[in-house]
Amino acid sequence: MRALIAKRKSTTRDPAPSKWRYRLQRWMLTPTFVATLRLGIPLALIAIIVTTFFSDPDNRAMISDTLAEAKTSLQHRPEFMVHQLKVEGATPQIEEQVRRVVQVAFPISSFNLDLESLKTNVSSLNTVSQAVVKVGEDSNLVVVVTPREPVAIWRDGSVLNLLDTEGVFSGALETRADRPDLPLIAGEGAFASIQEALRLFERAEPLGPRVRGLVRIGERRWDLVLDRDQRIQLPSDDPSAALDRIIVLNAAHKLLERDVAVVDMRNAARPTVRLTTEAANALRRVSERRVDQ
Amino acid sequence: MRDLYDSQRAMRNMRKAAMQRGVVAILDIGTSKIACLVLRFDGTEDFKNADGIGSLAGQSQFRVIGAATTRSRGVRFGEVDAMQETERAIRTAVQAAQKMANVRVDHVIACLSGARPSSYGLEGAIDIDGGTVSDSDIGRVMAACDVPDYGTDREVLHAQPINFALDHRSGMLDPRGQVGNKLTTDMHMLTVDRVALQNLYFCVKRCDLELAGLASSAYVSGISSLVEDEQELGSACIDLGGGSTGISIFMRKHMIYADAVRMGGDHVTSDISMGLQVPMATAERIKTFYGGVMATGMDDREMIEIGGDTGDWEHDRRTVSRAELIGIMRPRVEEILEEVRLRLDAAGFEHLPSQQIVLTGGASQIPGLDGLAAKILGQQVRLGRPLRVQGLPQAATGPAFSGAVGLTLFAAHPQDEWWDFEIPAETYPARSLKRAVRWFKDNW
Repeated sequence: MRALIAKRKSTTRDPAPSKWRYRLQRWMLTPTFVATLRLGIPLALIAIIVTTFFSDPDNRAMISDTLAEAKTSLQHRPEFMVHQLKVEGATPQIEEQVRRVVQVAFPISSFNLDLESLKTNVSSLNTVSQAVVKVGEDSNLVVVVTPREPVAIWRDGSVLNLLDTEGVFSGALETRADRPDLPLIAGEGAFASIQEALRLFERAEPLGPRVRGLVRIGERRWDLVLDRDQRIQLPSDDPSAALDRIIVLNAAHKLLERDVAVVDMRNAARPTVRLTTEAANALRRVSERRVDQ
Repeated sequence: MRDLYDSQRAMRNMRKAAMQRGVVAILDIGTSKIACLVLRFDGTEDFKNADGIGSLAGQSQFRVIGAATTRSRGVRFGEVDAMQETERAIRTAVQAAQKMANVRVDHVIACLSGARPSSYGLEGAIDIDGGTVSDSDIGRVMAACDVPDYGTDREVLHAQPINFALDHRSGMLDPRGQVGNKLTTDMHMLTVDRVALQNLYFCVKRCDLELAGLASSAYVSGISSLVEDEQELGSACIDLGGGSTGISIFMRKHMIYADAVRMGGDHVTSDISMGLQVPMATAERIKTFYGGVMATGMDDREMIEIGGDTGDWEHDRRTVSRAELIGIMRPRVEEILEEVRLRLDAAGFEHLPSQQIVLTGGASQIPGLDGLAAKILGQQVRLGRPLRVQGLPQAATGPAFSGAVGLTLFAAHPQDEWWDFEIPAETYPARSLKRAVRWFKDNW
């Protein structure tokens, strides 16, 4: 009979896997099990370690501190530092304005510079039409400014303002004599129609130095003011054509050299001339004398 | 018979699941060795020469991707004797085969050689009233077979339809779609000991494996070692195993008889062990190296060192002539073959048109066995080796593996069994309704 109690040492060697070894081998041949073992357990371990580490507030603070420190030290490397402001393409006044606007405490890391807002600030200056803000070479903060080109002077009461082609104020003047080359406009809302005014000034070129300026009337139409207090009242529609007619009349009849106070062109079909009081009186006297004779 | 039908159907479903997984293990549990092959199926594909009612269980191309053999433990006469030992042996074989295949197998198709198989020829007949034969009719005619009382301690292992007859036309392979009045069938049923089957089932279960099929070892050896014309014309396959010798008779590609003699190569070994007074292991070695059944004059002079480690010089230096060894082996081999002869005679083997006998199994490698078998069994005897199967290692191509190889063929291309057909239609309520309608028509 076969020995029912297993002997310690068998005469014939029958290598047989134990039940658990056999099961282990079968598990290791199961793809999902192997995947779990190879991927799932390391991932789970890592997850456990990370969560235990981060569940401690001290550790979290330490990590964030270290990160912030590393960030600052990187940002404050000399390669990234900006030392001074350089303004290009600006007059001394504008440069002063720009420097006033760009309030940056140098030296500063270029990471901490908000170039967008600097650009907005500089561009919002009246005297500046365009601005380019960049961190240039030699660790300079470079502001390249395109100043507004004044094309006219707008008088508001006693204040003389410079206007550019877009009707934007680009500065103030002490006296008219500072910029005798610029035409003068006045009146409420004159700056809004600066383009029209500039065109009219161009048309009025033949009148030469007699032109004093344009006055906006009722934010609607222009009066061309000449010396000797002469006025040419232009219509709101097509003022250029009306001005041309006057210039032609002037060339033909020397209209404006006469004692005329106002040339009213507001109604194109019915141009009217108003004489000065003296002229009118003189005319009346002459006509009365004629009547008397 | 009902629960058997269900359990076998469950096994078929398991087999289908295994096919879907594409991997199934073959387990040949023999008395001297346990072989495990791991098969990989490459998808179902029709076999070109599929005669008869096509395989209902599905057929497949396969490849052997793992093979392992281990010395069998705890098996006697092809039956599980010591379950723990057998379980360990199965584990060893399965583990090695899995390691070679590098894939986990969950489904096992097993065969057993012992368990006292006995064959029954059944006959069933039904009326089909001039209609065409349908699938359900075939199920019905098989259910109509009068099953003999084979005993409560027996279990049906195979129940294969081997012949259909429609009215007076017999020998049909596939009667479906044909018109007739009376459909009869012949069925071959093989029963085995229930206890042996249960032991095997539990052994496999304890190894965390699912049993996806069971077959008789004699049957699967026949599938693998008989060539096509032998299967067609009638032949017997004698599977000389370790603890039992399986006999299966094939005719028209169906097994028509199977039996087993409870003697095999191990008995020859034990005879040598007793005759020469040597341990079994030595006897086995002497048998495989010097064994034979036909003595010649040369064998008297060839002396074999028996050896031993008792320390007694005289005892340890014994020699024996090869003729003496043959003298020990031959009576036992003769006895086995005589027993086989008796079984074949009982089965009426001599009435078959061709009486080819094919010897296979591990014990068929004894030199001179074919000559001895020709004297006892008849002139048409040859030694058989199993069919070549794709991927089978060279070491597993010998006649000892005809059972395992046959089991691979059985796994890939199982023959239709009774339980592959649908449940007899009588249980359907629709049928009884139809019957009631017919009764009304007939009577009014």
